[in-house]
Order: sequence, then structure tokens, then C-alpha cells
Amino acid sequence: MNEPAITPELVAKHNLTPEEYEKILGILGRTPSYTELGIFSVMWSEHCSYKNTRPVLKTFPTKGDRILVGAGEENAGIIDVGDGVAIAFKIESHNHPSAVEPFQGAATGVGGIIRDIFTMGARPVAALNSLRFGELDNPEVRRLFSGVVSGIAHYGNCFGIPTIAGEVCFDKSYEGNPLVNAFALGVLRHEQITRGAARGVGNPVFYVGPATGRDGLAGAAFASQDLTEESAEQQRGAVQVGDPFMEKLVCEACLELLATGVVAGMQDMGAAGLTCSTCETAARAGTGIEIELDRVPQRAPNMSSYEIMLSESQERMLIVVEKGQEEAVKRIFDKWDLPWSEIGVVTDTGRMVVRHGGRVVVDVPAKKLADEAPIYFRDSKEPAYRETVRAFRLDGIPDTTAPAADLGKLLAHHTIASKNWVYRQYDHMVRDGSVVCPGSDAAVIRIKADSLPVMSAELAAKVGDRPVPEKYVAFTVDCNGTYVYLDPYEGGKAAVAEACRNLACAGAVPVGSTDNLNFGNPNHPEIFWQLKESVRGLAEACRAFAAPVTGGNVSLYNQRGALGAIDPTPTVAVVGIVDDPRHITTQWFKDDGDAILLLGAPVDAADPLQGLGGSAYLKAVHGQKNGLPPRVDLEAATVLHTTLLGLIREGVVKSAHDCSDGGLAVALAESCFSNQVARETFQFTGATVDLSTVTGVRLDALLFGETQNRVVISVAAADAARVVKQARIMGVPAAVIGTVGGDVLTVKTSQGEFSAPVAALHDPWWNSIAQAMSA
Amino acid sequence: MHFAVLQFPASNCDQDCVHAVRALGHTASLVWHKDTSLGAADAVIVPGGFSYGDYLRCGAIARFSPVMQAVRTFADQGGLVLGICNGFQILCEAGLLPGALVRNRDLQFHCEPVFLRTANRETPFTASIPAERPIRLPIAHGEGCYFADEATLSRLQAGRQILWQYCDAAGALTEAANPNGSLLNIAGIANERFNVAGLMPHPDRASEAILGGDDGRSLFESMAAAFATRAASRAA
Repeated sequence: MNEPAITPELVAKHNLTPEEYEKILGILGRTPSYTELGIFSVMWSEHCSYKNTRPVLKTFPTKGDRILVGAGEENAGIIDVGDGVAIAFKIESHNHPSAVEPFQGAATGVGGIIRDIFTMGARPVAALNSLRFGELDNPEVRRLFSGVVSGIAHYGNCFGIPTIAGEVCFDKSYEGNPLVNAFALGVLRHEQITRGAARGVGNPVFYVGPATGRDGLAGAAFASQDLTEESAEQQRGAVQVGDPFMEKLVCEACLELLATGVVAGMQDMGAAGLTCSTCETAARAGTGIEIELDRVPQRAPNMSSYEIMLSESQERMLIVVEKGQEEAVKRIFDKWDLPWSEIGVVTDTGRMVVRHGGRVVVDVPAKKLADEAPIYFRDSKEPAYRETVRAFRLDGIPDTTAPAADLGKLLAHHTIASKNWVYRQYDHMVRDGSVVCPGSDAAVIRIKADSLPVMSAELAAKVGDRPVPEKYVAFTVDCNGTYVYLDPYEGGKAAVAEACRNLACAGAVPVGSTDNLNFGNPNHPEIFWQLKESVRGLAEACRAFAAPVTGGNVSLYNQRGALGAIDPTPTVAVVGIVDDPRHITTQWFKDDGDAILLLGAPVDAADPLQGLGGSAYLKAVHGQKNGLPPRVDLEAATVLHTTLLGLIREGVVKSAHDCSDGGLAVALAESCFSNQVARETFQFTGATVDLSTVTGVRLDALLFGETQNRVVISVAAADAARVVKQARIMGVPAAVIGTVGGDVLTVKTSQGEFSAPVAALHDPWWNSIAQAMSA
Repeated sequence: MHFAVLQFPASNCDQDCVHAVRALGHTASLVWHKDTSLGAADAVIVPGGFSYGDYLRCGAIARFSPVMQAVRTFADQGGLVLGICNGFQILCEAGLLPGALVRNRDLQFHCEPVFLRTANRETPFTASIPAERPIRLPIAHGEGCYFADEATLSRLQAGRQILWQYCDAAGALTEAANPNGSLLNIAGIANERFNVAGLMPHPDRASEAILGGDDGRSLFESMAAAFATRAASRAA
């Protein structure tokens, strides 16, 4: 085989700096082969090595009593949820592939994260996603949006995982560089945790799943550079093609194989394919691994060792099996009509050795390749735009004179509007576990005994017929990119606080979190400052809410040509537990005559912008993205959440909905109409709200300001006074602000009264995205 | 009563169906698509999913599975067979039910609850379904638009083989209540002998109150009652 000679140009083409190349020479003690160069290039890409972000990531809280597998240890973190049951979850981005080829890019993002979950031995039972696009008036954005949604739907629906929650935001900064962050959650028993480690010298190494092709060549490296028109065009071939049918079979076969008890280690071939899975499994186990590429099933003729090692063909797994148990792999994978091949063996050399055509083409120390990527401490500098942001005041913004019309505008604002056009395309009910479906503050699923993977005979004997009680798991994903842009630290805190507030509204206590840091090019000190500051906020908030980070993903270089970097967007998914199904709470009002309460101060008195900085109102009504966003008092937030949960557990809370984008007025309107009974059938409940006792505040700030730490709840009228008293004893501002009933939403303030039929408010909220998409 | 739930590669509601009927106190087992026997089944459920990936046409490959021959024999002998979603598509492809299911009218996948009017309550699949109101079940499909030629539709109507139709909350068969463009708002049908039925909505996802509704129970309860009656008459 004629491999190109290693030149400085070739090194540069592999996104390796001269210093990095020197380090490679030092590790090998010789010039790398072409394949080795490719291998170092993908393993040392940001996507695989976190070389730019490791020092920052270290500041996240990652410890906790419930953590069974922590951040960075494995493909996904695992958390104990009691009674021997555990959950595995993680979020991961597929931004660049989705920008280039939205359908396949998003589909394979879902496929990749699902594999990360069943690799851990867990059965995937729920998915969510966090998406960002430009504005929908741009036809190219509509094409990306529609392609991404159908890609997610295609993969998730066919695989059979409910895509039950998520968020979609629209902002010009994401034009040309959409964000697609996919999250999956799986369930398993503690004893079923599987390691991605090549354990047991002499154990055979199997390749299972479809054949390797040239698709997705070096996708990890592609994800670790700026998107340009040119790279997008060239890299279309770096986007993998997903086959959810294949993934479903591979998942079932792997879980069946795990139940035989013969698996010593397992890892999916995700980013950097065969390369990453072999060197990482060896590095984790402290062993070596030797594979033979001639035994790797191949889809195309004459594939080079470089291509085979760097391919990111989808739905493939690497499995290490106890020696002598090879028959089990054959039996089970034949049953599922899946290709399999014994491609190598675990060794004690600590080296990753690859043979092809009778020659050794790769011979590198596995641990150094996997764990010793260079680490960079990037310069950071506060961006210049922050001057303007800090100086922003409301003087030039006239207060609202048409609150009903402005409420209508906000409800139709695509970031706030109902996402039914999206989630209706996702099967969000498969697996018989969907207790709270999309459209409330957080999704809730139940884990039932038959959700868990089949046990090995040994484990079954140990567990006996002890029944597993049903578990209720809530989760949500949040991030307000505008806030983070304007103030990365407060924005970071706000993302976690909002997610935890959503969980509290659903009746859940947070147990862990996973984040996806989406930023521009970290070599720009201003971008790195955004990253560092927002992680400081995220970490502080995760600590405050006892939601340790169990893993996640970093996606840098999210910028495109003249359009510049995206708004910094560290999306955070937080997972919580509801301990009793009676405490599962939804956001919509329930019964006429119930009292409506506001928990939390109507407006943050210490905020000169009264909660309007960075608000959806400023953007949707005044076309401004400016001002310091509302600050988050984490201590007050934890007290609010604890108090709300206490009330929910007492059984007095009939509905709970947090105030976020669009403020109190939007939260009230949504509580009136967000309950969908069936297709074309909604439950509309009116409300009469009196805010006239709140004075000295701008009307727009009172209605649409986004002061943090506020929740709208409803309780039976007879309980109202007691609930207010109880909240105040806990230190949470609380007041009865209205009554549920009728079919009109009426809001009275010190500056007058406005009202609108609930059906009329619902219409723009429900239909605005569908209308934009049919334009 | 024992249900055999078929398992094709990439069936994904197989475990849900087993769960749903077990939650009602029945027993169930999965039958692999390569098997040629249904075991000791009292009834068969062909579950939803994407059998074989459905890359050709929904259910088009599944009909050739070895297990489908066993289902055909079972049905010929009068056994109860219920196809749900992809299972309904498979039964149509296999010729056990007339007509076909094609792409939804708006070309999009729809996952949402719908109301159904039970058009014929004198069948083994519908006898226990409440008469006074429409039932509410979720749908989740991209190809659920029921299509058949005029002659077939007339036969279905004349034979009262249309079992369920999409309707609004008041029970009216409106265009707006029809999620996929099905002719005559058809959501589910039976064969002439009324021992094979299929529907696009998912009773298996609506058999427990915690999932937001349990109207689906009445369908499985109908099958259990019909089976019990037959068993009793056989014993007598």
C-alpha cells in the first residue's frame, strides 16, 4: 500500500500543530505512519480529547452519593435511583453534521447517544433534544429545522425510544450553524453496569454490526474546526448515514449478549470509530489490544487501513468476550441476522497494534494516545460588547400601552410558541412509560420492572423474585443563549436554575445533570472568556442544587464565516426523581374556583432593568438583544424549590408552572391553555388575575419581565391562605393573585385591566410555528 | 388468557403489548418471527414498530416471515388476531385484512391522542367498549391513511367491518378529527368473520390510568370476554 509521506503540510491538514506533532514523535520515538497520523489527529481533536476545555471542565461538581459511574469514566454517567435500579444518561451534540446534512446529521446524533447508553448495559427508554436555529423567515433555516426534526423523528421513532422533551429556540446567531444536542436516558440494575474496558489478557475482541464504509471519515476532526462554506461542501462525506433499524437490532442483540454474562467489556464505535473504541478500552483496562483489519467487515473494496480506522460508519460495537465463550456471540448475533467478526485479542503490552495485509500499520501506546492529548490553557478576555450591555437602561424603551397585543406577540414568538409541530412528529409514547408528555414543565417517565434489561441467570438467582417498585424520573433541558451571551456567568446559573425549577414544578428532586457546551472558536480569547465564565455559573448552580455533572459534551468552533460565532449556549439537562406518583404535577390549571398563587417576588427590586434585560419581550416587541439578564439568587432558588416540593408532597398543589421566557403573563396564559386532551381538542380554562397591589414597577416588567425564581401555582381556594402563610414562613414571597374559571384571561394591574378569550390567546401560540413552516 | 405477541426485527411495541395485557391479569409471551409455531396461544397480537425497518413499504417484508404462516393458520381456525399500528399494516399486506395503509395526508408522522367512535360493538374486539362516548387512544404513525377501492369500502360498510373511526370529542366524524386522511375516517377494521382486526391507534399505550387514560383496556377486555364465551361454549 502506498501511503503518503508525512510532511509538515500533511500534519497541518490533520489539524495538528507542529508542537503536537513533536509530542507524537516523542511518544513513538519515530515518524508516525500515515494511519497513525490520522489516529492521533482524531484522538487529539477537541471532540475526543477536550484539550481546550479540560482545565475548565474540572471545575464542575462531579461527586455525589448517588453516582455509580462518574463524569469522564465511561461513555455515560450512571446514577442510583434506589432499590437496585440505576439510570444512565448523557447529552451530546451533532452540530456540524446537522449544518451540512440536517436529516442524517441529526439522525446519527440520536443514534450515537443511544449507543452511548446501551453500551453501559442499560436499556434506552427516553430521549430529549435541545435545538437552536436561525429565524424561520429564512427559507434555508426552515430547511435545516425541518430536516433536523425529521431526522430525529426518523431515528428515534424507528428505534422505539420516546422523544419526550426538549427545547427549540430561534435566534439569528445560529443561522448557518444550528445546534443539535441529543440526550438519551437508559435504565438498568446496578449489577448490570458494563464497562468500556478491554479486560482479561487473551480475551477475544469482536466487531459487531454493519460493515465499515468510507462514510463519516474523520467526523470527529470535522467537528473540531470552524464551519466554512468550503468545509461544509467538502465535508458532506464526513456526515454519517444512520440506520435506526440496524441500531435497534444491535441494541437488542447486545442486551441479550450481556444477559449471558460472558461480556468482559463493550464500547460503541462513535466518534473516531474503530480507533477510539480500541485505544480507549485498552487505556481504561490498562491492557493492550491487537486487531487485524482484514477481519473487519468492509462495505467498499480496497479500503486503506487509514480509512478503516477512521471511518465513522454507524451502529457498530466493539465487544470483548471471556475467552472460550465465543459461541455466545455467534449464536445471538446470528439470531438477529447481524454481522460479527472476531477481529483481535486483548494483550498485556499496553499497546494498540493494528495489522493490515500482513503488516503492522499501527503500533502506539494506547494510554498515551487516549489520555495524553496536549492540554491548552487558552487566553481569555472579556468581550468588548459587554460595555454596551452593562450600560443598557430602559430609558429609551417606552412602556407597553397594548399589553394584550404584546402578550399575543410573545405567545407567537417562535422560541415561546408551542412546539407541537415538532413533538407531534416524535413518537413520545412508545415503551408505555410516558407519564407527562411534551408540553409541561418537565417530562416524567416511569421505570417499570419490565423496562429493565433481561438479567443473567446468576443475577436473576441473586435478585430472586423481589419486585422492583416503579420509579418516576423527570427531566428537562434548558439554556437561554441570549442570557449567556449578555452575561455568561449569570446565564450559566440561570440555565441550571431554570431546569431545576422545571423539575420542582413537576414534583421532582434533581439527582444529576449533563451539559453540552456549545461555543465558538476557543482560540479567540473573547469566546474562551464566555466559556470559562458560563462554566463558572453552571458549576456553582449545579453545586447549589445538588445536581452533580455526570458527563456531557463540548462542541466548539460553532461559527461560520461572516456570520461569526453563535451565542454561547451551554445547554443543561437535569434529571430528577419523583418519589410518589401522586406528586407528579403538571403546569395547566385544573378546576374552576381554584386560587392562583405566585411564589417568588413579582419583580426583582435590585435589578435596574426589572427583569427585562435580555428578555424575550425586548427582543420580540422592541427588537433589542441587550441589557444584563435577570440575576439568579441561588440560595433563594433552592428555598423556593424546597418549599414548592414540600407543598406538592402535602398534596395541595394542583398545577405548577415556572416563569421564564415571556415572564408572568406568558406563564399565566400557558397555564390556561396548555392541556391538550386530544388532537384538535384542548382544555381551555380562564383566569381572573389581580396584580394591582404591585406598584412602582413598569407594566411591561410586571407582565413580561423575566425576574428569576418565580412559579405560578394553583390550589383549592380553601387551601390558599394556608399555603401563602407556609411559603412565607419558609422565606418565599407568596401571594394569591387570582382565581381559575371561565374562558377568558383577565389581568388587572395598577395601570388598568386587559383581557382576552383563552381560545384567542391559544391560537397564535399553538399555530405560529406550523404557519411559519408552511410559508 | 394467553396472548402470543409477535416479535419481528425492529418491532418496538412488542414489550408494550406484553406489558399491557399482563397489567390486565393475562399472560403473554413473545414469539420470534422465525418461529413456525405460536405455542399455546389463545389470541395473537401483531404489535407496532418498524418491522424490518419498513424501508420497502410498511409490513411488506414482515408478511413473508415464517411466523405469519402460523398466524394465517391460527386465523383460519377462528383464532383471534389483533394488529396494532405496524401490526395492522402487516395484516393488510398479508391479505388477512382488506385495504392498505399509505402515507399520512400531510406526509408527517403524527403522535397524538385521538378520539374514536366504535362503529360496531357486536364483535370480539369491541363488545366491552363503552357505548355512550368516544374512546381516546394515542396514535403514532407516518403511514396510517387507510385506503381501499370503492368495492372494498362498500363491502366493509355492508358487512359492518369498520370497527373504529376517527371522531371529535362529541363523536362526530369530522375532517379535522381525521389525523391522516383515512377514507371514511377509518381507524380500524375487521375481516368478514370478525376474528381478525387491525387498528392504527394504540390500545397498548392506554391501558393504565398513569399513562393519561385507560380506554385501551376495553379492547383487550372485549377479546378476553369473547375468548371466555367461546371456551365456555366449547366446554358445554
